[in-house]
Amino acid sequence: MGGTKKKKFERGSATAFVSRNKALKKLQLSLGDFRALCIFKGIYPVEPLHKKKVNKGSTAVKTFYNLKDIQFLAHDNLIIKFREKKHYLRRLKKAVAKKNRFAESIIRDNKPVYSLKHVMKERYPTFTDALRDLDDCLNLCFVFATFPHSQRIKVDLVQLCRKRTVEFQHYVIAAKALRKVFVSIKGIYYQADIKGETITWVVSHKRGYEHPQDVDYKIMETFAEYNSVLLGHINIKLYSDSHLVYPPQLTEHVSHDSAHCLEGDSIDEHLASLAPQIRSTGEHPDDIEDDPEVDAMNAVNVDDPEYIEKSKLEAATVSRLQNLFKGCKFYLNREVPREELTFVIRCCGGEASWDSSLGMGATYCDSDDGITHHIIDRPTVSNQRLDRTYIQPQWVFDCINARILLPPQEYFPGIPCPPHLSPFVEEREGEYVPEEKVKFLKRMRGEAEEEEEESERDEDEDSEDEDAEETEQPKAGNKRKRNSREDSEAPEKKAVKMAVSEGSIEKVDKQKALARQEAEERRLGEMMIPKKHKRLYHKIMISRKKSSQETRKLVEKKEKLKATKKKSKLRKEKV
Amino acid sequence: MNSGGKRKSGSLNEGSHDIEEGPSLLTSHIATSDADSEASDESEIEGSESDESSSQDEENVESDSSDDSDSDDDSDNDAGYDSASVEKDKSAADADKAESSVNSKDEYEYDSSDEEDVRNTIGNIPVNWYDNYDHIGYDVEGNKLIKPKQGDALDEFLEKVDDPNYWRTVRNKLTGQKVVLSDEDLNQIQRIQSSTHPGGSDDLYAPWVDFFSNEVMEMPVTGRPPDKRSFIPSKWEKQRVGQMVHALKMGWMKPRGEIRKAKLSRDPNAPSLDLWKDDAEPEITKRYRMHIPAPKEPLPGHAESYNPPEEYLFDEEEEAKWDGQEPEERRMDFKPEKFSSYRAVPKYEKFINERFHRLLDLYMAARQRKMKMNVNPEDLIPKRPDKKDLQPYPTREGMIYKGHKDMVRTISPDPSGQWLASGSDDATVKVWEIATGRCMKTIPMASKVTCVAWNPNPSVNLLAATVDSDVVLINPQVGDKLVCSNTDSTLESYVESASSSEHKSPVSWSTVSDADHKKGVRLKIEHQQEITHFTWHAKGDYFATVQKGSKGQSVLIHQLSRRQTQAPFSKPKGLVQRVMFHPVHPYFFVATQQHIRIYNLVKQELHKKLQANCKYISSIDIHPGGDNIIIGSYDSRLCWFDLDLSTKPYQTLKYHKKALRQVAYHKHYPLFASASDDGSIIVSHGKVYTDQLLNPLIVTVKILRGHKTTNHLSVLDCKFHPTQPWIFSSGADSTIRLFV
Repeated sequence: MGGTKKKKFERGSATAFVSRNKALKKLQLSLGDFRALCIFKGIYPVEPLHKKKVNKGSTAVKTFYNLKDIQFLAHDNLIIKFREKKHYLRRLKKAVAKKNRFAESIIRDNKPVYSLKHVMKERYPTFTDALRDLDDCLNLCFVFATFPHSQRIKVDLVQLCRKRTVEFQHYVIAAKALRKVFVSIKGIYYQADIKGETITWVVSHKRGYEHPQDVDYKIMETFAEYNSVLLGHINIKLYSDSHLVYPPQLTEHVSHDSAHCLEGDSIDEHLASLAPQIRSTGEHPDDIEDDPEVDAMNAVNVDDPEYIEKSKLEAATVSRLQNLFKGCKFYLNREVPREELTFVIRCCGGEASWDSSLGMGATYCDSDDGITHHIIDRPTVSNQRLDRTYIQPQWVFDCINARILLPPQEYFPGIPCPPHLSPFVEEREGEYVPEEKVKFLKRMRGEAEEEEEESERDEDEDSEDEDAEETEQPKAGNKRKRNSREDSEAPEKKAVKMAVSEGSIEKVDKQKALARQEAEERRLGEMMIPKKHKRLYHKIMISRKKSSQETRKLVEKKEKLKATKKKSKLRKEKV
Repeated sequence: MNSGGKRKSGSLNEGSHDIEEGPSLLTSHIATSDADSEASDESEIEGSESDESSSQDEENVESDSSDDSDSDDDSDNDAGYDSASVEKDKSAADADKAESSVNSKDEYEYDSSDEEDVRNTIGNIPVNWYDNYDHIGYDVEGNKLIKPKQGDALDEFLEKVDDPNYWRTVRNKLTGQKVVLSDEDLNQIQRIQSSTHPGGSDDLYAPWVDFFSNEVMEMPVTGRPPDKRSFIPSKWEKQRVGQMVHALKMGWMKPRGEIRKAKLSRDPNAPSLDLWKDDAEPEITKRYRMHIPAPKEPLPGHAESYNPPEEYLFDEEEEAKWDGQEPEERRMDFKPEKFSSYRAVPKYEKFINERFHRLLDLYMAARQRKMKMNVNPEDLIPKRPDKKDLQPYPTREGMIYKGHKDMVRTISPDPSGQWLASGSDDATVKVWEIATGRCMKTIPMASKVTCVAWNPNPSVNLLAATVDSDVVLINPQVGDKLVCSNTDSTLESYVESASSSEHKSPVSWSTVSDADHKKGVRLKIEHQQEITHFTWHAKGDYFATVQKGSKGQSVLIHQLSRRQTQAPFSKPKGLVQRVMFHPVHPYFFVATQQHIRIYNLVKQELHKKLQANCKYISSIDIHPGGDNIIIGSYDSRLCWFDLDLSTKPYQTLKYHKKALRQVAYHKHYPLFASASDDGSIIVSHGKVYTDQLLNPLIVTVKILRGHKTTNHLSVLDCKFHPTQPWIFSSGADSTIRLFV
């Protein structure tokens, strides 16, 4: 037999992956630099299909990268820049230690800078690709924008992130791209539709900064550096596509207000208040107004009339949302978060202002007669005026999610608001739907509320009936048991006496029998599932069971709450 | 101190010699003066010096003491140190009368720190080299310096007596002249001796005068003239300027404002529009196609709202559960809370941490492309044929045969389908009428009955039962009388042939006693070991038994008509569990723990070996067609083999939860059943097509339950009715049940 012996782990998947340590060795980088490089270039570890083969027979836990990815990294200019930075730091350290100020200043001035543009180009060949990655980018930039000036984080970066996020928010306002808002206990979630991509980001509540534990700021900073650059490129593209001037400029000249900021920051601060309009380039081609029908015709499945109908409806509701607050003038009370509400109100065509002593950007004051809505977040209102509606902030968010102006009665100050539901949840069949949502959907369908109440009453009655049945059923069950016992005892008695006793007619619950039969059929079917699919089937069934359990639990809780409410009501009536 | 300069010059004069000899020289002077003042004893002087001073000094002292100090001009200091201190002190101190004469000839009158001692130019050489000459050296002009007149011992003595200054006279070794020490000198020597301050300053602890204080003085502290370097341009500054010029030229250095501007204009990451051009064709690389995007973060549900519906809030039980769980186990990473107003919502403390963990996931979590199937679980269940097509099959319990007192291990219906035989642990064999459930016969046995089997030949009414190590053939005498009598007669008509007796049989065939005969027992075949299994050949003449343990003879094949027994295998291939005859062909199936071997009895060779994918075979049955077999195993599997297809199972069914005890085919209907310890009998439809291309169709049709579980045992045996789609089962609860 000729030829060399084939050695194990020298071909196939064993050579397609490299462990992290090997990659470090190959690239001759420190772990920190490697990490930064991976973050910039978007290289991530992969999970090989056959881990044991890749790990050369060992099953130890290891991180693997694609060999191609590492080779790709090795050719990047950034590696050279990283080395330059290393040298820069070394030289700087030396100069500082020698107290050579002159050399230090020269070295500092010549700090190496690197460009991430080519990385963007590689990672996102099309603009849509970039938009797909925007979620995480926005989340981080908004986090960084709220950081205080501290030693941990570079001030420049914080300011840059703040600038970028303001730019982005201005775009969303100008394009009226906001679709959903949700105030959660974690922060405020916004969802916007930008060029057909659904983008969701979360902004924390502004309640002061507390240094969190076990967070590596270096990693966050690297990400923020990358994301701020990405957001800048995306912003300029978005601005140019919607004919806005980049960087954003105010349409009107503003006077400097020395109470709030330095003179140099005046314009930035005005922009950051989100209240003023930004300047556009002046081109307004008519075809920008998109026709829902045309859109629908351009869609992928043109043949599907249902789809077309649906998309038309969607387009109609979206345009309704975009002009939801048109003509409304909001006045934000002192305790209401300004930036968030201004953003969402302006996204829907409204205007917002506040007391000019609170911050820059206020366009009208409390005494303005045109104010239609006064947002207030405290139980009592002083100097109530008749020409405006006083409401709690939740009304704005709920209106946006409902895409109509909700009746403000439920949102008057001092009244507990109806529950704020997540607009992101689309309940599937069998999942629990909160009562409020059911009501709302019904109302949207145009059913009268009175009917609902009636039906509720009916339901109550029904439930009572059911209760009665339930009480009956156990009795029947007992009877049956008794019968069966008699049956089993019967033959023995016969053996003794040889007498025939009168038998009772066995009641057969046809429905139950049918259900039982069906269950058995199902069980028999489950037996025949080939081994290949058995696990999948059981997994699905378990998850279904879990969700149904959750639903049941929620329903039970709701019932309980209803019962206690009824009781308390009765008690009150009695009193 | 003013004396600093002079002291320095002195030490220069003396050179290295002075440094070495300084201290010893000093002591020599002191010693001399001391000795003179106290005892003026020569020997004592020498003794005190001898341990420390060099020979040169010794001589000096000696000569000094004998010398006179008269010459003023020539007298000079010998050691710089002495002269310095002496001169200084002299100016300060007031002179004595006697000393004034000495002082008047000031030997230090001409003394400069810079100049060498020019009176004698011999330099620093031992003076004793000039001992033999008249002169002691040379002056500057080169004239000999004549040694001063040396007095002899008498002169010395006279001087000692006459000269009051004798005791303080020392000799200069260079000039050979005598020097009279002044009072001041002496005081100084004394002070040095007593280790006090040589200068004799009165106040050692005088207040400190801070000359270089912050107070500006009218006069400079030092009168130092400005340096030369303060008038010429700095070399280093010139170099530094040169560096700057170079740095400016090379562009390393720029004015501050320019640097800022340059930095801003140079920012390579400034937003630009040329990244995504509308008309540019995107470059879709392989890398781009292989990219696995990170999954998006899940969107929040109703429970996360700041004002959720009340049913989403935790009750006490849920809250306790949430608190008790590890963060990874929790269903939600937050506790739902309800706030009365938006203003009341506090900061979410883990916000930054959550964002950070997301970042970690983005760059550190291993990604894998996973095919997410949107499967409807109903589609996974294979399509079942219509129930009507599968019928008939047993569906419900039809009859219970009670009578046994212990568990019924084995049952066997007779080929006509009228009777059912059962063997139990209560050491009886019972024969039942199937239709009525009546026990027709009870035949007591010696021990537990492990196997009963009705002879498949319908013309013979013969029942075989295995009791311990015996096989007992019984004529139960039920049914057709003619058949019964025929059976008896055929059994009795046997004549022992000579040839058969020659063979040494592993078993002994014997007829039974009258008492047993009355009970119905006709023949008894005694084995050596306990019998675990018994099976008839389809024709009813041959039968096979399996013995426990006996190695070569575990499987025995018996012929009833000739009453012969043979052991077909010389060597056992593992622990034999079951044996079986092929219904049509001369094949013999032997099931060991994990394999089934099929032997051709005519050719006497191994025909096939089947691999059962199970650990421990418990039972086997062969399809009446003979091409398919099923086996049951203790690891709760049932394997269907298609002998034409493969030696591996065509299908493995694992629908029982516990060990299988028995599997059985129906003789006519396409049914098979398996009985398990979990108390169920599962009847399946197993249709074998005559068309070779079609694989057998296997569908489970019914789960039958009825037997109670006692001691982890439930159903022990199951057999189909030979003609009807009914099934019998016997259980550990000592009943036999019929499902119809």
